[in-house]
Amino acid sequence: MIDIVTALLMAAVLAGTPLLLGALGEILTEKSGNLNLGVEGMMFMGAITGLIGSYCYEQALTAAGIVPNGVISALVALTVSFLAGAFGALIYAFLTITLRANQNVTGLILTIFGTGFGNFFGEYFGLAAGGYVAVSSVTKAAFSPLHIPLLSEIPILGKLLFQYNWMVYFAIALALGMFWFFRVSRFGLNLRAVGEDPAAADAAGINVSRYRYLATVIGGGICGIGGMYMSMVTTSGVWVHGCVTGYGWLAVALVIFATWSPLRGILVAIIFGGLMIMRMYVSIPGLPAQIYDMVPYVATILVLIITSVRQSKEHAMPAGCGLNYFREER
Amino acid sequence: MNEDVPLAVSMEHIYKSFGRVRANVDVRLQLRQGEILALLGENGSGKTTLVNMLSGVYFPDHGEIYVQGRPVTIRSPRDAFDLRIGMIHQHFKLIPVLTAAENIALGLSGSVTLNRKSIHAEVARLAERYGFELDPARKIYDMSVSEKQTVEIIKVLYRGADILILDEPTAVLTPLETEKLFAVLRNMKADGKSIIIITHKLHEVLAISDRVEILRKGEFIATVETATTNQARLTEMMVGRPINLMIERPEASGGPERLELNALTCVDHEGVTTLDDVSFTVYAGEILGIAGIAGSGQRELCEAIVGLNPPTSGSISYSPPHPDLAKTPCEKERIDRLSPGAIARRGISMAFVPEDRLGMGLVASMDITDNVMLRGYRKGKGPFVDRVRPKALAERLIEELEIVTPSTSTSVGRLSGGNVQKVLLGREIAQEPGVLIVAYPVRGLDINSSYKIYDLLNEQKARGVAVVFIGEDLDVLMEISDRLLVLCGGRISGIVDPRAVTKEEVGLMMVHVAGAEGLDSETGSATGEAA
Repeated sequence: MIDIVTALLMAAVLAGTPLLLGALGEILTEKSGNLNLGVEGMMFMGAITGLIGSYCYEQALTAAGIVPNGVISALVALTVSFLAGAFGALIYAFLTITLRANQNVTGLILTIFGTGFGNFFGEYFGLAAGGYVAVSSVTKAAFSPLHIPLLSEIPILGKLLFQYNWMVYFAIALALGMFWFFRVSRFGLNLRAVGEDPAAADAAGINVSRYRYLATVIGGGICGIGGMYMSMVTTSGVWVHGCVTGYGWLAVALVIFATWSPLRGILVAIIFGGLMIMRMYVSIPGLPAQIYDMVPYVATILVLIITSVRQSKEHAMPAGCGLNYFREER
Repeated sequence: MNEDVPLAVSMEHIYKSFGRVRANVDVRLQLRQGEILALLGENGSGKTTLVNMLSGVYFPDHGEIYVQGRPVTIRSPRDAFDLRIGMIHQHFKLIPVLTAAENIALGLSGSVTLNRKSIHAEVARLAERYGFELDPARKIYDMSVSEKQTVEIIKVLYRGADILILDEPTAVLTPLETEKLFAVLRNMKADGKSIIIITHKLHEVLAISDRVEILRKGEFIATVETATTNQARLTEMMVGRPINLMIERPEASGGPERLELNALTCVDHEGVTTLDDVSFTVYAGEILGIAGIAGSGQRELCEAIVGLNPPTSGSISYSPPHPDLAKTPCEKERIDRLSPGAIARRGISMAFVPEDRLGMGLVASMDITDNVMLRGYRKGKGPFVDRVRPKALAERLIEELEIVTPSTSTSVGRLSGGNVQKVLLGREIAQEPGVLIVAYPVRGLDINSSYKIYDLLNEQKARGVAVVFIGEDLDVLMEISDRLLVLCGGRISGIVDPRAVTKEEVGLMMVHVAGAEGLDSETGSATGEAA
């Protein structure tokens, strides 16, 4: 029994991490007042570029007769996926902040664009590689569970806390850092002000455009890293057509579930992750698999109902979210 | 005042246009060191535009700005702070979910983390120095309007502002709070600060300022010493011609009861009691004024009467005028559980001019004819609407009410505030209502339009309509109403004869319910101030 629960929890954490990364990126973005619905697109862009980045690094070194290094390969994937997500967000930021285009439409376009981008280059490199594109065992090893001496060997607790791949710890550290940023730092306070009421922030001498650009682009980069997790960890370094599909939208829902708090995001991501992989651990006879697949989405609907009924001022979407700002508007 | 006093700010030949609208044309402004300068003008005269160029919100198309004698370029609010200029905007620029201290420290440079303790200490010091009261740890959404204003003022003082600009600071304050604010302003002046205050209330200009600068239609008219002028002369400069500031109040006809509210109580969806045991009667052929601080239940009251927001308990009854004007009164009808549509189907004509004209009253993107049609399109037979009669009515309104518009097919959102209000009020009056409820009907309107609206309301009163006038300007309310009902926190603190009380007494009733005691016996010159 304990084994099943432990396995379920571990799987939940592993499945929840890409959602957490996507949600953290979107929290940062929404706190600046930009409602970027392109999370799925940016995750796709990060997923394919991260994989291809590592793949190209390996190919280049192997061709030169050097043995690729797993850590460097992982760093390449991290950097490239961040840049790809940030690039997607930059398109969004330019359209909404500079050109003041509608945020919802722009976000949806980014999702469609990113999905096509990911699947196109996935197929393209797959064909070029002779069927499918995959990274070598060196890179795979870099994304496999860590073994920390002593800590990982603690019974149960070691398994539950200290045997994940490095990206899980990266995501949690990011959430903690973001929590500190919003709570304590001056820049976090300014960013919250920009998202709540850009006119008030502007009057207080805050450069609204700069904060919005930075938050949106960095947020997009974090979403891209979340996508890279999908292609490197979830599918073990092999490109699977449409591997991110649905995750981006769940990340957007998770932002609401977490009520825009990075800290609550950790918990909620694990819950969502658990709901997604539940069918492999809890089987109810006669219940079709499709019902299990529906559970996260049903939970999202429930959360939306609960949050809209609660109407708390502080655990709500930033008041300026979704609205573009133009100082001389009358 | 001495001509040799150095200038804190000087703006010369300022031009600013928004699209085709010329908001400022060759305007100048001179603020002397350590004085309070009142900037006076009607709505749309360009006062706010002018000072917004000083605070960095707008950038002038042409013109020079000098601060302490040096030419400067102000591109953003940040530049303004650096020049020690601080502006308190009419619509507060505060973040509701943050505390007062966080709002005050917003956007300032400094260490990476915020030292709340030192901010609190500095805020307390400023508050004591100028006579404010403020708890820096409270969230803005918990604060009253005047507390929010205090935060705004401390915010600019905290940034070291020596030149303060206040845009319509008294518009949201009670007379008592206004007095407190003026005391603070005098303290700041004594401390050597230079202050620009924007207002269109003449008696406030005379009470607080050293000099007055007048703008009209975006142009500079004159600057005068306050001590050498009076209300009549200021008005003439502001409007461009002499104007009679008296609002007419024809004798009420003493008509029959029209609308009766009995123990009306409303609780909103958050469980807050917005109206508490409200009972009063409105008679045909009178104007019942309703005074109160913003948010005292005025909106809930309107919406309960017209059927938009059913009351939690209590009743509203309507007594229709008898068709053949016979002596026997018609039967009262309960209307408090009816929707606006159901009320109309019973043949009760209830006219409502809401506070939010373009949100609730009219559809901004539709033209005048369509907006007029909204009231009556259901009446026709068949699946098609009749556009002929609404168009005729729209044309009649444009002519009779002097609505300035290119045509009946101009979308309402593109008209100026006064013209929007005329379309709305005109449409409502055209229904020949039994009850006319108007909420803040002259807000944002210039003097001419305002007086036109007062005339229209008096006309309806003469026709035997029961008029409910919800207002914010006490001077106006006390001049036009036959009876004045004062709301305080959702309760009636009294119904008084506006001819027999003073403005201060009404102001007191607005802040606490017990203030009504003993007022009925007193007599005073209530209307003296605005005359």
